[in-house]
Amino acid sequence: MSIVNTFFNLDVLVRSLPLLLQGLWRTILLGALSIALGLVGGLALALVRLYAPRWLRWLAVAYIDVFRALPVLVWLVIVYYAFPFLGVSLSPFASACLALATVSSAYTAEIYRAGIEAIPRGQFEAAQSVGLRPFDVMRDVVLPQAIRIVIPPLTNNSINVMKDTALASVVALPDLLKQATQAQALAANPTPLIGAAVLYLLILLPLVRLVARFEKRYQGRAR
Amino acid sequence: MSTIPNPIIRMRGVGRRFGTFEALRNVDLDVAAGEVVVLLGPSGSGKSTLIRCINHLEEYDSGDVFVGGVRVERGPNLLKVRQQTGMVFQSFNLFPNQTVLDNVALGPVRVKGLTWEAARTKARTLLERVGIASQAEKYPGQLSGGQQQRVGIARALAMEPRILLFDEPTSALDPEMVGEVLQVIRSLAHSGVTMVLVTHEMGFARQVADRIVFMEAGEIREVSTPDVFFSATTNERARAFLDAVLNH
Ligand SMILES: Nc1ncnc2c1ncn2[C@@H]1O[C@H](COP(=O)(O)OP(=O)(O)OP(=O)(O)O)[C@@H](O)[C@H]1O
Ligand SMILES: [Mg+2]
Repeated sequence: MSIVNTFFNLDVLVRSLPLLLQGLWRTILLGALSIALGLVGGLALALVRLYAPRWLRWLAVAYIDVFRALPVLVWLVIVYYAFPFLGVSLSPFASACLALATVSSAYTAEIYRAGIEAIPRGQFEAAQSVGLRPFDVMRDVVLPQAIRIVIPPLTNNSINVMKDTALASVVALPDLLKQATQAQALAANPTPLIGAAVLYLLILLPLVRLVARFEKRYQGRAR
Repeated sequence: MSTIPNPIIRMRGVGRRFGTFEALRNVDLDVAAGEVVVLLGPSGSGKSTLIRCINHLEEYDSGDVFVGGVRVERGPNLLKVRQQTGMVFQSFNLFPNQTVLDNVALGPVRVKGLTWEAARTKARTLLERVGIASQAEKYPGQLSGGQQQRVGIARALAMEPRILLFDEPTSALDPEMVGEVLQVIRSLAHSGVTMVLVTHEMGFARQVADRIVFMEAGEIREVSTPDVFFSATTNERARAFLDAVLNH
């Protein structure tokens, strides 16, 4: 009985719900925007890494390696607390979005690259032999085939970005986690934290299921 | 070698190395407009490498290749060269993400600026010409090998190239489908388009070729008419090659 009252206190939950929903909305917005930017930036990075002149390729490799190695939290703290010393002061939302998108694009770049490299050489050659420009070879032939390969790992990466949005509470963004801790302090009861966890699960469990479905389908094809 | 005035393809001293291995060595070859040239030679002799140098799918590292007077090299002229040269591949290389019809229509839309509607109309005509108009809405994976290769030919024709390059177009086919593809190629050979063709179908080579080019170890060893090549070649290597394939 006391456990239920402590962790699943309905009264507290109802009172903190507006706060939680506000945070949820911000979390979704931050996640979606970071994911979208990461997807676009990653594709550009992958193409640079594969086809640009050597020195640009090098830059892309350096970017990808650095942002895959750097802890997201460290990078986020640098963006928010250190950039102002360079005269760049970003809001908590902008800082978090920038940090998440830069890191995500490093991961998606590698995913796209693997997808493009999985397309047989004959496909490139056939498209080139017709006289298509490099842009059309990509748009009409290579990317439509690569996209099927990269959707499962891209979805997986999107889950990770969505989870990492919780780090934004460190730079005082009133996201779902921050609002939950706020509500917990106000009510002197941890129920809002449980509520936040449930909300995270509600967004992310379907995505996790989706990836599992993709993976099963892929195995079915490989056989 | 014999020099042809105004050849549509001119190769001079062409060489291609892979590391220290010379896949092509000092290749000279002229092809006249409208001519059908068949490349023969044992496996690894450089036939594919040679034919792929003509549209720069393979880079050559010495000598010159000209198509229609334009040097084949990386740069703005390359797209023009490729628009004049259609290629048909051993493994078809159709685009699996597009219907048969769009496989054929894509080039004219992207390169010649046709509308999809106009390009599809044209593609239908070409599919009729190679005998598979009824498959237009299917995807390549749903077709037999022979049908897929005929789509490959239609795709190459859609750009109205002056030159068609074939690299073993029937080698990946089940025996019962070889005939239908050769029939299509034979009809093209009589249409006035220039053709360079690698094949192991000796009877077919003899029928369609204006000239036979025999290669070995990256070099052209003999150039002659089919009649001379198949019944009276004095080249020992060519003789040995013919004995091997014909008595096999
Ligand atoms: N990318 C490559 N890297 C290394 N060696 C290569 C490469 N491409 C071709 N070669 C070599 O060059 C030689 C000529 O190859 P090519 O494919 O032109 O021969 P081919 O006459 O077409 O033979 P086949 O009848 O088997 O198709 C072969 O020995 C081959 O191993
Ligand atoms: Mg070959």
